[in-house]
This record gives sequence, structure tokens and C-alpha cells, in this order.
Amino acid sequence: MKTAGALPFTDDPNMLQSPTDVARELTYIAAISEALREEMRRDPNVLLMGEDIAGEFGGAFKVTKGFEAEFGARRVINTPIAELGFVAAATGMALMGLRPVVEMQFADFISSAFDSIVQFAATTHYRWGGAVPWVIRAPADGGLRAGPFHSQNPEAWFVHTPGLKVVAPATPADAKGLLIAAIRDDNPVIYFESKPLYRSLKGHVPPGEYIVPLGKANLARVGADLSIITYGAMLHQALAAAERLAQEGVDAEVLDLRSLKPLDKEAILATARKTGKVLVVHAANKLAGVGAEVAALIAEEAFEWLDAPVQRMGGLDTPIPFSPPLEDAYRPNAEKIYAAARALAAY
Amino acid sequence: MTTSRLLTNQQRLELFYWMLLTRIFDETMVNLWKQGRGVGGTFSQRGHEAISVGAAYALGPEDVIAPMHRDLGAYLLRGLTPARVFGNLLGRADGVSRGRDANLHGMGDLRHNIIGFISHLPHSLPVALGAAMSFIYRNEPRVALTFTGDGASSAGLFHETLNMASLWNAPLIVIVENNQYAYSTPLHQQMKVPDIARRAEIYGMAGVTVDGNDVEAVYAAVHAAATRARGGSGPTLIEAKTMRMLGHAIHDGAEYVPKELLEYWEGRDPVKRYRQKLLDEGVADETELTEIAQRVEVEIADALAQAEASPLPDPATVEQGVYAGE
Repeated sequence: MKTAGALPFTDDPNMLQSPTDVARELTYIAAISEALREEMRRDPNVLLMGEDIAGEFGGAFKVTKGFEAEFGARRVINTPIAELGFVAAATGMALMGLRPVVEMQFADFISSAFDSIVQFAATTHYRWGGAVPWVIRAPADGGLRAGPFHSQNPEAWFVHTPGLKVVAPATPADAKGLLIAAIRDDNPVIYFESKPLYRSLKGHVPPGEYIVPLGKANLARVGADLSIITYGAMLHQALAAAERLAQEGVDAEVLDLRSLKPLDKEAILATARKTGKVLVVHAANKLAGVGAEVAALIAEEAFEWLDAPVQRMGGLDTPIPFSPPLEDAYRPNAEKIYAAARALAAY
Repeated sequence: MTTSRLLTNQQRLELFYWMLLTRIFDETMVNLWKQGRGVGGTFSQRGHEAISVGAAYALGPEDVIAPMHRDLGAYLLRGLTPARVFGNLLGRADGVSRGRDANLHGMGDLRHNIIGFISHLPHSLPVALGAAMSFIYRNEPRVALTFTGDGASSAGLFHETLNMASLWNAPLIVIVENNQYAYSTPLHQQMKVPDIARRAEIYGMAGVTVDGNDVEAVYAAVHAAATRARGGSGPTLIEAKTMRMLGHAIHDGAEYVPKELLEYWEGRDPVKRYRQKLLDEGVADETELTEIAQRVEVEIADALAQAEASPLPDPATVEQGVYAGE
């Protein structure tokens, strides 16, 4: 087992050791690194590709720092800036039975690889039975004052594409468990990482093999008065809003979708039927976002249980602005969720 | 290097057989569509037979091939039966794509190491590059070969792929079938430098131009490229100059192509030319070549009858197969 020795801080993915402490906590980003490292140690078919991921540099966010030293340049491949080409090359590798994990430097750049994802990789199994077991890791989301091209949440494009699977973990444990499940899945999976959680969020992560099945939501908070359905970084804003509502005697349930494709319809309908009032929240823009599908599903299949119109909250229908007051106006947060949920509870 | 030293007379007759099989399949298909018995559109192969056959014949069964819609000869040679291909064209349940993909699209079958193509050319290039990368990864002496057209050579992905293939020394062979037209747009409206193989030099890879209507020339170029690739000397760009003798697709009368150009290329017809060469060089006589033709005619007629008699897919299966492992 490779150990990195004592380092002065705990969120460096390099210092992960084989943990025996079940109470140990990892940052969200360290959990991603741990999943990658464990899967690469387990399966020689798993390899990494992406821009600037190799060497001591280890990627724009350092997720793969130290990986080349352990696994070699053969399995940690630095690519030219050619997303369309190298994602398609990953498809070719996957067709040959390898399991490439491709790092997009930012989720915003995934549009450069759009054809190779939605036209080739996503359709191949349906068309002629070729399995494409790759994962694209896409560092997404904003609130970081990173402007229109380093803040996006483009999951809706891919949820709308047959043949893909899409996940968006909100906790360190799910970051690990969903990534391992994605790598082992025989289909193309897009794994949306939440950049604002990378080093700000720490939590318990089970050591060793830990798998969170694709397509299963998590009931993050049990409540009775209304349901907040969300995913990604907005989970924590929703939980904060729920705490404040609780102080006022409003008991909010919070469902973390975790997987966006396939959606956990059972869990969505169960919470809608239980509380009769639903607020769907995501950081991506609201128009034609994943929340629209969730709301439509509830309207179609749980209408009789509803006590209020399903509410949605998402980003505005604008490019994501840079300046702090503009981005804050664009983006949902705990305060806005609290206000919307309070109004919904009073409906 | 002369190709006759690479090929035995038996092999030369096999090349002729595969080209003729492709040609007769194509003529049968075109007639079928003219009679209104086709489903949707389709793409004639006329004029391209030497490229798809010569290239596929130069590879081993362990090599991966990613053809496009003018490479029927490669699909057949690599093991897709004419009946399965007709089944694909007619949307049958036992067609290559089980009724999922149209005409010559989606005819992948990894049991034969064939990667099916999508309309978005040149997307087979980077996917074949990925296959080639997997051979490096596993240290296997295999090559990947893919085809594209002059039209797709204008896409940015063409550049992305050749750059990475050369950078990574990938055992990849890219054949550009320069057939003078991208749908209705002639070469001179597509690019300033009409010799696409010249681009290889700036990527630091091998580039060769061959007569795409000479099956042995195509074979020799691919054989040499495959030998280089297996020896660790990296990718090769092969430009095969040819002419699309019918329209882009079955509906296209190609009135925009000058008659003189077609007449020039008709004189260079790859199938007729090879037949004459085999006669001239004493490889076979009229009787033997006629026997091959009769065998091919029967084979194609049987395949079409089999495909037309085969069932259409059950609509209840429409949602099956989107995901692997389900």
C-alpha cells in the first residue's frame, strides 16, 4: 500500500491511506480521488485521460495528483486540448473493453465533446450492441465567482439523451460510492462533481469497497409537512433551509436524487405522496431543467396526493454571471429555498 | 515493391470475388430501391469497391476496422453475410442492427472486430484511435483501420485525431476515400490543397496517395501501413483517389457532376479493370471469371430472398437494448 506520510492538511487526496477508522472523514474531493485510486488498483482496465491530469501537477483541481507516480503514464494519459477527439478515443477504448475515466477540466467544456457523447457513445449499444463503459468526470456548478464558462451545470442535455447515465453526488460518501458504481457500469456515465463542495465539505466515507447503486435517491432528511427534492451542492442549502423551517415548526423532508438518469421515480413519488407539497431545487437553470421532469412526473402520477402546485427553483434563464451580486441573484441558496418552502408550507 | 509479389494468384482471385460480390450486391440494392422495394434511403458503393476490399483484405481478423457507408466490401469481407446486410437495409430483426439503425449505418459487430459508424463523419477516426490505443495499452500486435471521405477531412475532428494518433504513435490507419464530391460540393470548393495525404507531414506521420481504383495498390498501401504500425512506427494516412459514380444517396441523381468526369472514371472502373488485369496476366481465363460471377449472382440473390423473407422487429422490443447489461 502506498502511503504519502504525514502531510499538514487532510484534504489532499495524496495523503489518503488505507483507512481502518470507520469514523474517518474525507473531503468531497478526497473521496473522488480515493474512488479512482481504489478502482485503478482493483482493475487493470481502468485508466485516466484528460487535460493536465498526469505528473506532479495532477489536474486543475489536483484530483489525480500522484496518480502517474503510482500507476504510470500508460494509465494516466495527458491529452491535448481536444475534448471531442479524446472523448471519442475513450469510446474506442471502452469498446475494446477498457474502462477509461475521462476528466473534463470543467463541466463547461463538455459541450466541445458533445457529438462524441450524445451521437456516438450514447447510441452505440442500442444500434449494434457495443458496450461503452466509460465515465466522464465533469467538475460542475458555481457560486465561486468563476463566470459564464467555469460555473455551468449542463446535466439536462445528457439526461435528455437516451443511452447515457447521469449522476451528481452531494456528499463525500456518495462521491466515492457513485464513482465506483459508475466505473463498474457497462454504460457511458457522466459524473457531475460539485466544485463548491470540493474542499468545503467533509464527511464520513466508508473505507474500502463502497458502492452506491446508480438510480437510487437518498432521503437526506425525514419530514412530514413538505418535500424538497434536490441534488448536488443544493442539497446542503436545502438542509440548511430545513433546519431554519424546523425552528418555526415546519417539518421539511429533503430528498437527494443522487442519480439524475435513471431517476428514482419511486422515491420521488413516495415523498410527494407523503407530504403533498413539493419544491424541486437545482443550481442549473430552471427552464427545461431536471426539475421540470421531476415536477411533470409528480403531476402525472401523484396528482391526487398534492395539496399545492409543485414548485421549482433553479438558476435564471441567463448565462451565469460573474460579479458576486449578479451571481447571487442568479443562483438558488438556503435563504431563497427557505422563503419558497415557507410559502409552500402555508399554501 | 510490386504487389504481385505480395499476393498469390489465389489471393488475387479472392480480391476479385470480394469486389464482384460488393458490385453485384450494390447493383441489386440499387435496383431494389428503384423498384420501390427498399426501406428509407441507401448509399451506392459504385466506384469504391477497390478501396473497401483492398484495405480489409490486407488486415487480419484480430485487427479492428471502422468502415463508413461506402465500405460495403469491408463489412462483407470481415464476416457480415450479405443476408445480414440486406436485413439491415430492409430494417429486419436479424439485420446487423436488429432494425435499430438505417441502411449501412450501425453495422458494428465486435465478434468480427467491426465498429459501426455514425453519420457524423469523421467520428470513426477518433474511435478507431481509441481502439488502437487499447492495443498499445495491452501490448497487442493489432492495428485499427478506419475510412472517411474528402468531405469529412474538413472537420476539426480530422485534425484532432491525426494529431493525437501521431503524438501517441498509435497503430492506426486512416483511409480518406477522396471521391471528388462531398454530396454536391466538388473538391475545389472544399479545400485549397486537393492532396489530402500531404497533411500527414505536418502531423509527423506517414502519408501516401494511392489509386483508389486499383485494388492491389490499395492492398499494398494498407499492408505496408499495417506492417509499420505493428512494428511500432505509428499511424499512416492513406488518400485513395477515386470517384463516386452515382449520387450521394439513392435519391440523388447527381446531375451536378459533369458527364466527362464520369466518363473518365468509368474507363477506370475498379471491377472491370481488375477483371481485365487478371485475364491479361493469365491469372484466370474467361470461363473461370464467369464462374465466379455466376456464383456471386446466386449468392446475392439467395441473400436478398433470405432477408426479404425474414421477420420485421417486434414493436414490443423498441425499448430494448438502450443500455448494456439490462
